[in-house]
Amino acid sequence: MYRLITAAGLLLLLSGCSSSANWGWYVIDPGTERGWINIRFLLSGFTNTILLSVIAAVLSMALGLMVALPGLSPSRGWRWVNRIYVEFIRSIPLLPMLFWVFYGLPVVLKSVGIKVSIDPFWGAIITLALADSAFTAEIYRAGIESIAKGQREAAQTIGLNRHQTMRYVILPQAIRRILPPLANQFIYIVKMSAFASVIGMQELTRRANELVVTEYRPLELYSFLILEYLVLVLVISQGVRWLERRMKVNER
Amino acid sequence: MQQAAIELVGVNKWFDDFQVLTDIDLTVAPGEKIVVCGPSGSGKSTMVRCINRLERHQSGTIRIDGVELVGDGRDVRGALAEIGMVFQQFNLFPHLTVLENLMLGPVKVRGKKRAEAEAIARRYLDRVHIPEQADKYPGQLSGGQQQRVAIARSLCMEPRIMLFDEPTSALDPEMISEVLDVMVELAGGGMTMIVVTHEMGFARKVADRMIFMDRGRIVEDSPPGPFFSAPASDRCRDFLDRILQH
Repeated sequence: MYRLITAAGLLLLLSGCSSSANWGWYVIDPGTERGWINIRFLLSGFTNTILLSVIAAVLSMALGLMVALPGLSPSRGWRWVNRIYVEFIRSIPLLPMLFWVFYGLPVVLKSVGIKVSIDPFWGAIITLALADSAFTAEIYRAGIESIAKGQREAAQTIGLNRHQTMRYVILPQAIRRILPPLANQFIYIVKMSAFASVIGMQELTRRANELVVTEYRPLELYSFLILEYLVLVLVISQGVRWLERRMKVNER
Repeated sequence: MQQAAIELVGVNKWFDDFQVLTDIDLTVAPGEKIVVCGPSGSGKSTMVRCINRLERHQSGTIRIDGVELVGDGRDVRGALAEIGMVFQQFNLFPHLTVLENLMLGPVKVRGKKRAEAEAIARRYLDRVHIPEQADKYPGQLSGGQQQRVAIARSLCMEPRIMLFDEPTSALDPEMISEVLDVMVELAGGGMTMIVVTHEMGFARKVADRMIFMDRGRIVEDSPPGPFFSAPASDRCRDFLDRILQH
């Protein structure tokens, strides 16, 4: 089934390339000097896309854990803090949040006496981390809650306190269920990082956009852009697979 | 009079509107062995779980060695530390080896050195007859072996009271006896025990008193002799007829 679709897609693409004047692959033809320069320009966006994604993912994981912990508290008040954060943050579309952080946050900070300008790089990272943290928080919470109640009770009956139970019994087991979905979430961050192009961040999408303006070849350039993301995500998902397999082996 | 090991006076507990325990009175002397039976949903497990505070009762009094279980004070924690518990589903820690399962309590709660904790762990693994399984993970053991590890894990905390909540109900028939044998040996050593079980052969062998529960109440509380030969209530007689039929 998959093969059929891929074959059909390739056929469509190839026939388009060969037969019609509507295609202009010369813009990214590595055989020509101009094409080669363009390709290098496009590929150079990888550095920032990866940097953005990795830093945002790390921050999101830390922030998500801080948000998840009150969600696991026996106190209703703390659980509310968690619910409100998660519901609020995940209901905001990424683009408005990005605008708010990039244009609005400096104003808010200035009004409380903190004078910082937020550059596109950190603006994008803060937004991505913030937006993603609601989801990572839920992954942590679900992973920790998935550990059977009996484990907690057994820990309690041998005298471990809440903190020790979490540290020695629950978390070591939960981490095996948390890591694969967390790695999966990284794929979303990579894709969401494309929005950073809007505030001028020179990453993959921005590069393609800028070239489209000068070359007037949106079809070819955006096709290339999609391939760039495809390669990036395929590499990550291979990593996720590997991680999942490893975690399974350790589960006894 | 000697201080009771466990004392329940007028204990009531509700899950929402449903009353699971009604006016439970029970006194267990040190070293006494109590076997609790009754139909499912009769409150046996809940009663046992209230004694070590996995569940909180809503009215009445529970005392362990004279210490009333209210609040989270030092004396309450001290009293609870004297109670070991064995679960139907074993609840071993799957990410730790057998030895690590046993050492966790002594090291983290009692603050023992690792070498000392390991000596304790190995001693109790011997007691439950599986010293050779020390370095395996729970998932590599049979159900009967896992349950014996769980018993050893409780014993490593050197409790004076052991609670068993249907310890053989999740086991294949051929593994039940290896667990019961360990429990019989434990009973011989003077441990105070409350055992929720339907293994009546075990009950006849070790019980000082039999408790029959139905609909959240203790219906029958008598020594095994009269309990099996002439139960006072119809409900208990019916129940025994049904489980002893085969």
